[in-house]
Amino acid sequence: MAAAFGFVLAVALTPRQAVWAFAVDAAALLAVIRLARVPARFMLARLTIIVPFVTFALVIPFIASGEQMDVLGVGVSREGLWGTWNILAKAGLGATTSILLAATTEVPAILHGLTRLRVPPTLTMIAAFMIRYLELIADQLRRMRIAMTARGYDPRWLWQARPIAASAGALFIRSYERGERVHAAMLARGYAGAMPPLNQRTAGSREWLAAGALPLVAAAMAVAGLVVAT
Amino acid sequence: MTHPAVEIRDLTFTYPDGRQALRGVNLRVEHGQRVALLGPNGAGKTTLALHLNGIYTADSGSVQIGDLILADTSLAEVRRRVGLVFQDADDQLFMPTVRADVAFGPANLGLRGGELDARVAESLVAVGAADLAERAPHHLSGGERRRVSLATALAMRPDVLVCDEPTSGLDPAGRRELVAVLRGLAITQLLITHDLSFALELCERAVIVSGGTVVADGATADVLADEQLLETHRLSLPYGFNPATVGKRNPGA
Repeated sequence: MAAAFGFVLAVALTPRQAVWAFAVDAAALLAVIRLARVPARFMLARLTIIVPFVTFALVIPFIASGEQMDVLGVGVSREGLWGTWNILAKAGLGATTSILLAATTEVPAILHGLTRLRVPPTLTMIAAFMIRYLELIADQLRRMRIAMTARGYDPRWLWQARPIAASAGALFIRSYERGERVHAAMLARGYAGAMPPLNQRTAGSREWLAAGALPLVAAAMAVAGLVVAT
Repeated sequence: MTHPAVEIRDLTFTYPDGRQALRGVNLRVEHGQRVALLGPNGAGKTTLALHLNGIYTADSGSVQIGDLILADTSLAEVRRRVGLVFQDADDQLFMPTVRADVAFGPANLGLRGGELDARVAESLVAVGAADLAERAPHHLSGGERRRVSLATALAMRPDVLVCDEPTSGLDPAGRRELVAVLRGLAITQLLITHDLSFALELCERAVIVSGGTVVADGATADVLADEQLLETHRLSLPYGFNPATVGKRNPGA
């Protein structure tokens, strides 16, 4: 996780003119993806999340000011074109990195990593509880919907939405009551207001070395790019 | 040991909304006894269970676990001595993995490092769930969830185990596994249930709680043989089930 963060940071600091630096970064990332045996389709499907940013990036050359140039007979801004490249390359690499992290690391390990990186435990605890109970709540909602449908409820118009709102309220109350019961269960096992440190595996030096390779490559590229640019 | 495992004296409790759930409960459970706590819905069984662990504070009366009377100063130790297994495993299991969940209780007691690992392993083995350690609780089957819930309570090495409706929602195989696990545990057990055949199978003694007080207390076979009593308190035996004959063939373990 520290490695992923380091890699993204290094990529973000790489000057945009250093096209070759990004190429090396991308190659290194691809190599890791191959090593981790994450299927390409899986990565591509999740990469669609950056489409809104890409769309915005593609508009920049047409609206940015500055020196104009012709690309395929259309006048665009040179500055804007570089801006587009900048966003595309960095967002693409950044998003790919986080997808890779999410694909290869399980949720508990990510949460544990966040705690180790000194993210406030209250926040990681909230995230952990959210992940634990989100599925449960979604399932409850689904069952309530089925129960409504079973009794002939088929909402088509806005004025039929009242039962949905009511069920959302009921769901809220149910979740709140569950919260109370979970708290009781925690108290019953000696919870005294702070999460105790649970034994969890931490990364060894070999893992640090393996994970560190990627950000090191990116950092080297960032430095090289800066040197060449000046 | 001169003190019984559990001694409850004249316990009363009223919910904040004014509903009186317990109206003077008296109950004494000896060490190593396995007692079935029977009663209709809303009788106060779960409320009583939550008192044993100091989750609820009684209006009057006292709860004593071994030599300790439940009070603010003894709360932590009483919670260690009494392992509570909730009816809904989704309430009991709140951590992202089974291992972390089982470790939660002993870690609160101050266990760390290898000692904590050993305690987690020991508890999971006791319920036959050693292979589930890395799983997420919401991906377990009903029976697995129930056994892991049990492990989270056992990890505290309690003197008294209190289970709220342990058989509810289990399929016959899951129920059988649970019976085997509970039978193998050599600690005092208080099993809250509607499942009368489960009570007869495991418990030598049965207590009926109804309307917030104890209305019957005796050998399970005798309590279940009193049809009038069962009917009054909204309990009924499974169809074709005769506790007198079953009891002779299979005396309470």
